[in-house]
Amino acid sequence: MNFHLRLWRQEGPSAKGGFEEIEARDIPAEASFLEMLDIVNNRLIKEGREPVAFESDCREGICGTCSMVINGIPQGPGRGAACQVYMRTFRDGDSITVEPFRVAAFPLVKDLVVNRSAYDRIIQSGGFITEHTGGAPDAAAMLIGKREADRAMDAAACIGCGACAAACPNSSAMLFVGAKVTHLSLLPQGQPERSGRALNMVRAMDEEGFGNCSNYYACEAVCPANISASVIATLNREFVAAVIKVEVAN
Amino acid sequence: MTSSSQKKAPSFFASSIGKKWVVALTGVLLIGFITLHLLGNLAIFLGPEAINSYSEKLHHLGVLLWIVRLGLLVVAGLHVFFTMALWRENKKASLEKYAVRQKLETTLYARSMRLSGLVVLGFVLFHLAQFTWELTNPDYKNWMDALGRHDVYRMLISAFSNLWVAGFYLLSVGLLALHLAHGVASLFQTLGLTSEKLRPRFERVSLIVAVLFFLGYASIPLAVFFKVVS
Repeated sequence: MNFHLRLWRQEGPSAKGGFEEIEARDIPAEASFLEMLDIVNNRLIKEGREPVAFESDCREGICGTCSMVINGIPQGPGRGAACQVYMRTFRDGDSITVEPFRVAAFPLVKDLVVNRSAYDRIIQSGGFITEHTGGAPDAAAMLIGKREADRAMDAAACIGCGACAAACPNSSAMLFVGAKVTHLSLLPQGQPERSGRALNMVRAMDEEGFGNCSNYYACEAVCPANISASVIATLNREFVAAVIKVEVAN
Repeated sequence: MTSSSQKKAPSFFASSIGKKWVVALTGVLLIGFITLHLLGNLAIFLGPEAINSYSEKLHHLGVLLWIVRLGLLVVAGLHVFFTMALWRENKKASLEKYAVRQKLETTLYARSMRLSGLVVLGFVLFHLAQFTWELTNPDYKNWMDALGRHDVYRMLISAFSNLWVAGFYLLSVGLLALHLAHGVASLFQTLGLTSEKLRPRFERVSLIVAVLFFLGYASIPLAVFFKVVS
């Protein structure tokens, strides 16, 4: 298959970027989007040109590293990360526009690569639990209801890829933070830090310069892990409950 | 992270979620106001006696009326102020738009909240100038009914017989309905009172509420313009 690519090229964070038109020729239909870019890059290297910088790691849809916007959709069309987009989903001769995530809190590094450390810093502010060291406890020692376990697992599916903030017209990270707070606050292991987690993660999110949620639900529409925007409602509730709890307790 | 020690939390009103709660709660109060306002003014369909005596009673509330008016001013002010604060932050957080724009689930009315809100705000000022301060037509002040009460009925008939006034009114209540279509469902989400299962229901209720408000408010100028009431 042949494709007409419009790729965002930018030397560095402060350089001026722009689209470069590149032809992708003789691409197997079963190639993933990233493999297609590999083929294009091999050709560019052979021609002595600079390859397109893009990120990838597991290439099986679970790490969330391959942040890019394909035809206006963060992580590309269909569910799953960009690495799970296959070229057979396009038509031969299609024109495909590839851009980096455009979020102020994710500064651009080069071409399609952005720095998503802001999400790591939010996790460091509260995405953890305290746990005993020593021998592993019995699996059934702590009872968790089926509903709570299901909801917590659904929220835990978040891979922190940043597509939510990239899709949001306000560049809000609420789906990500909501998923983490929902996941840990539903489980008994997450109770000791429950209030502090909601307060600290929202503070960290605001400090990183993400926008505010306007309930557009674009995040939910693109999330490769199918996280429901109901986690945002849970976060809204958890945060205010934490504010009240801290105010009343002190 | 070596400890879960809590750094000082930012002020509730400085936080993203705190600001949104203010917008949602003031929104609830404003919906309360437009509900009472609509019910009161539907009295026009009961004839001059009903609406003129409703207006008379309202104005005889004295201090209470002023407390409600000041309260509304504060509530509306907070709603606009915090929305603008959120909007400023959102503009700073999002860089230039994508070359290929996708709508990604957002509805037209969700995307036009600022526009619909600001037009409705402009309309409210005009509406106050017309019917409360009576600046657009100072003659209104002298219109009394047979019982010596302010003739609200005649004032409404006269105002809405004008194509421009009726047209601007209809446009504004249309935009108010769009604002409510997103706002009503949105406030449940912001206040954390929804779930995956409940959200689609709230969204449907939100649309129904918006249509009801539109029909209710639009019925008054339409009835006057088409001389159903005269």
